[in-house]
Amino acid sequence: MSRTKLLFLQVMVAVVALAIWHVGSTVPVGAAANGKPVFLLPPFFFSTPWDVIKRVATMFIEGSVYKHLMITLIEALLAFAIGASSGVLIGFWFARKPLVAAVFDPYIKMMNALPRVVLAPIFALWFGLGIWSKVWLGVTLVFFIVFFNVYQGVREVSPVVLANGRMLGMNERQLLRHVYWPAALSWVFSSLHTSVGFAVVGAVVGEYLGSSAGLGYLIHQAEGVFDVTGVFAGMVILMIFVMLIDLIVTAIEKPLLVWRPGETKTV
Amino acid sequence: MAEAQPAVSLNGVSVAYGLAGGGRYEAVQPVDVSVADGEFVAILGPTGCGKSTLLNIAAGLMPPSSGESVIFGQKLAGLNTVAGYLFQQDALMPWKTSRDNVAIGLEVRGMARREALALADGFLKKVGLASFGDRYPHQLSGGQRKRVALAQVLVREPKILLMDEPFGPLDAQTRLIMSELLLDLWQADRKAVMFVTHDLDEAIALSDRVLVMSAGPSSKIIGDFTIPLKRPRDIAEVRSEPEFHRLHSQIWNCLRDEVRKTYGLSDKGLADKNGSAA
Ligand SMILES: Nc1ncnc2c1ncn2[C@@H]1O[C@H](COP(=O)(O)OP(=O)(O)OP(=O)(O)O)[C@@H](O)[C@H]1O
Ligand SMILES: [Mg+2]
Repeated sequence: MSRTKLLFLQVMVAVVALAIWHVGSTVPVGAAANGKPVFLLPPFFFSTPWDVIKRVATMFIEGSVYKHLMITLIEALLAFAIGASSGVLIGFWFARKPLVAAVFDPYIKMMNALPRVVLAPIFALWFGLGIWSKVWLGVTLVFFIVFFNVYQGVREVSPVVLANGRMLGMNERQLLRHVYWPAALSWVFSSLHTSVGFAVVGAVVGEYLGSSAGLGYLIHQAEGVFDVTGVFAGMVILMIFVMLIDLIVTAIEKPLLVWRPGETKTV
Repeated sequence: MAEAQPAVSLNGVSVAYGLAGGGRYEAVQPVDVSVADGEFVAILGPTGCGKSTLLNIAAGLMPPSSGESVIFGQKLAGLNTVAGYLFQQDALMPWKTSRDNVAIGLEVRGMARREALALADGFLKKVGLASFGDRYPHQLSGGQRKRVALAQVLVREPKILLMDEPFGPLDAQTRLIMSELLLDLWQADRKAVMFVTHDLDEAIALSDRVLVMSAGPSSKIIGDFTIPLKRPRDIAEVRSEPEFHRLHSQIWNCLRDEVRKTYGLSDKGLADKNGSAA
């Protein structure tokens, strides 16, 4: 399928969804006994697309949203940086030391099985209501994704490639750099979208559950006063935010993964 | 100088693999193999008989179950650092380009990158891949990958070459060209070579000696043929010499029964089947 056709179909999905929303929330399907119009999607619960768009525009024009965006971005970046680097280090360490891995295995599994939301209040207690409680929540999410991928990647390095490295005269340090590291990195990159996404999730959920700034806080505040338009506006901004980050991740990983057998192009 | 030491000498080497179920598979029963310095030895045998296993032992990638390998008079403990190993499977680093794959063996030795890359380019040219230096392994054909691997091994100038079916995936013509290239390179600076192949013609044309292994399990060396064809050889021409044909039928006789055993056929069995079909 050509790119333009695909893009057209993708846009059509959005247009149809917005149209249904618009019609459902603005065109009455009848009237109640007291003469009030009845909607399929009552604006009180669903707002209207146009209101949401206006609200988003106002937030950007007035500039009230930038501070919150910035806070969420910083939290997510910190969560990703700390979670990914510790995941890489510990993943490497475990993969190279099977005894350590075996000892900690049940605990890692237990901690990973824990729904992170329950940690939010305790983190707020430990790290305060500032950004750090959100950062650490994100870290607990990002860490495990990166950790498992690196662990897997290092352990599944092809034994032949490894033997070849040895025969080519590599010592342990050189094997680490030229064989284990690239193999593990490729796994980290293959999970990059997920882990970056989770860094944002950690930040927003943390904000939602208790904070004074950030996109999660915006949405929570709007919910508190039944401002449905505000909730939807916050969600729209969050979605755009996540999509932009995802685009940046794609741009970063592309040149780094050229060696991977991907789709083959004939011209 | 006394008698020169053999480059590789496997003394009473046997190999048994532990199986996942707890069993034991006797792959190779005690064998003695000796390769003199500068000697080109081909190893022939039916599939699964333990040819790669023997090369792995000579490379020091795994210890033998019994016996010892002695490299230039030194008992081998750990990796054989004077050997270059061309693996049967794909062994290139997928995240490095051809040039980097070839150069890395020099760089880890401490050679400057620029110098290593220049040498790598030279060897890629020798194996006919001058314009493929910037390709990643997945962008190469099976035969091209084998040639990069050959360059990767040769560029380090190892004293011993272990080659496991290096020309396996190549077509007949390229095989011929690559064998010629290998012979030229070897002729210029004779290394000890252990060369595993399935191709009897190739084995005779290239080597000084051909070893034939019996079918597994517990395979052993059942034939040791000296190839007295004169050097330097022209691979295409040598095949038409009468001596070549004599050696061919002699070694084939030895090999045939083993190949049949691998597929569970005896001479008689084969005859019976033919009989009943008729
Ligand atoms: N890691 C292993 N564990 C158990 N058995 C093994 C292992 N590696 C090899 N074997 C067995 O040992 C025997 C010899 O294997 P090897 O790879 O040396 O054969 P080969 O002669 O190189 O065969 P081919 O020509 O097909 O490459 C085979 O029967 C094989 O199944
Ligand atoms: Mg083999």
